[in-house]
Amino acid sequence: MKRRSLLQRFAAAPHIAWSVLFIIIPLLFIIYYTFTDASGGFTLENLSTIASPEYLMIFLRSVMFSILATVICLLIGYPLAYRIASMKPRTQRIAIVLVMLPMWLNFLIRTYCLKILLNDQGIINTFLGNFGIEPLKLLNTSGAVIFAMVYNYLPYMILPIYTVISKMDQNLLTAAADLGCNRFQTLTKVVLPLSFSGIMSGVTMVFVPSISTFYISDAMGGRTFSLIGDTIERQFKEADNYNVGSALSLVLMILIIISMSIMNKYSDDDGGVVV
Amino acid sequence: MQDNDGVLIRLENVSKSFDGEVILDHIDLEIKHNEFVTLLGPSGCGKTTTLRIIGGFVDADEGHVYFEGKKINDVPPYQRNINTVFQRYALFPHLNVYENIAFGLRLKKMSDEEIRDKVKSMLAMVNLKGFEKRSVTALSGGQQQRVAIARALVNEPRALLLDEPLSALDAKLRKDMQKELKEIQKRTGITFIFVTHDQEEALSMSDKVVVMADGRIQQIGTPVEIYNEPINAFVADFIGESNIVTGIMPRDYVVTFAGHSFQCEDAGFAPNEKVDVVVRPEDIDIVPLDQAMLTGEVTSVTFKGDYYEIIVDIDHFKWMIESTDRVNAGDIIGISIDPYEIQVMKRSEYSDTFGDYSSFSDEMDELSDPAPEEME
Repeated sequence: MKRRSLLQRFAAAPHIAWSVLFIIIPLLFIIYYTFTDASGGFTLENLSTIASPEYLMIFLRSVMFSILATVICLLIGYPLAYRIASMKPRTQRIAIVLVMLPMWLNFLIRTYCLKILLNDQGIINTFLGNFGIEPLKLLNTSGAVIFAMVYNYLPYMILPIYTVISKMDQNLLTAAADLGCNRFQTLTKVVLPLSFSGIMSGVTMVFVPSISTFYISDAMGGRTFSLIGDTIERQFKEADNYNVGSALSLVLMILIIISMSIMNKYSDDDGGVVV
Repeated sequence: MQDNDGVLIRLENVSKSFDGEVILDHIDLEIKHNEFVTLLGPSGCGKTTTLRIIGGFVDADEGHVYFEGKKINDVPPYQRNINTVFQRYALFPHLNVYENIAFGLRLKKMSDEEIRDKVKSMLAMVNLKGFEKRSVTALSGGQQQRVAIARALVNEPRALLLDEPLSALDAKLRKDMQKELKEIQKRTGITFIFVTHDQEEALSMSDKVVVMADGRIQQIGTPVEIYNEPINAFVADFIGESNIVTGIMPRDYVVTFAGHSFQCEDAGFAPNEKVDVVVRPEDIDIVPLDQAMLTGEVTSVTFKGDYYEIIVDIDHFKWMIESTDRVNAGDIIGISIDPYEIQVMKRSEYSDTFGDYSSFSDEMDELSDPAPEEME
């Protein structure tokens, strides 16, 4: 056995302390609240409450919305990442900065700007109004929510895919052409399978924040329907029901863990790529 | 299909520049059916670019490329009946050995049975029976090399391009693979175009060697021709060890150098033409002083196993001699050179660029053995 230096042994200490304080302990609280009632006695009522059709509908909607947002991000993000990776190095750097640019802007402001754009009196409807077109109902629709999810999380799809493709051995593409692949076949038979790990991290990084988001559905959906994120928020902040809120959180967490482990099963041994 | 003269590939007046730098300068080259041709030269001589132009991965700026008599300048790589073994193998890491080899066949929509038979026979040929299910990333360098060869050959190309395929292998494995490649080439009858900077490899494997330097072909010939009758000082220096001295041809069959007139077998030069003379170190005989054509002082002796490498100072020019005779540094020895051991060459731009062996060391040898990567 190699002896570890003092530094190596304690290098992880700050992170461990952090995790215990702000991740493990709150998690234990959530579990505690889930299985207790307002007076602190053990109960399964919180779980049976959220097993109602009303809550199941919210879960289902959340899952559907985030799957849709993830798929749209993938369909837009993959071709773009592929295109950027084949640019000249200088152009590549500029393109990547452009992709990341929106991320430098505060998330709330970004979403609020979208709201202004899509408003009944917003820029788009004002523009259409010039041509005598009646204002379209853009805001407070499920479309607006999904659009905002795609808009906010698209960079998280593009970056890991771009990283994998740009690091790919160019000789493999030459070899594919040598063995009879045209450009499209090179993409489907070599580039796509080899960028699978990037796709998986991209999917994770879009799906997880999408399914747990609360501000987006609040701002863009206008409370005409609920997603799981804002339902949890309301349980804590408005209904003051920590117990049902915790139960919802716990179920959501288990849902995310299940979907992540399914994805990991299909991704490479070397795991996802972290940006 | 076949040209009358059996030519498979012909390059006509091909030129290529990258960023204003001339890589290939009006190359003409013919490659025949069933030939093992080696493009040999130092780093940056244009050999890899020539290979890539044949493969279709690089477009020539000028000139024509013919394949079986048809111009193929505009034919993309995937439509050429040519396959390549890449320097770093370029095996697909997401596919196992079987699927790597089957890759080209699957694109041709061959039936599963046909693919299985072909892959099996290929694996047998490259001595990798039973490796079907292995991951290519878990193979050794030599095994990866074999998979790369099988993956290319299974497509039954008319020509196989090999881009320094052995440069990543250790010396012993390299020797074995050289023999094996030569064997495979004979058995399949496929034209092999092999790129290397290793002259020993080129001489031992090829039917025809194309020596390149500075984007031009210096000499084309059999290994024996290239070694025994180098056309200029560059070829003489690049292939094996050689003493290159400046001489004068007073008339046919006589050449004067190092202050002595020698009988030789060369003719056809102008009277008193200045020439370059090559004498190989192993062709110089050590003789008693009274029979000597030239005499000099031994400056160093290195034991090489089956011979001694002797550096002799003759009139301030350091000659290299390889001999089994034992001499000591400081000895005055006599040497004699037979007429057929003297190769007289026309002067060229490479004349006088190669000095004597006064600064000779293994390190210098390394420097003339360039890094395998040529250009991107």
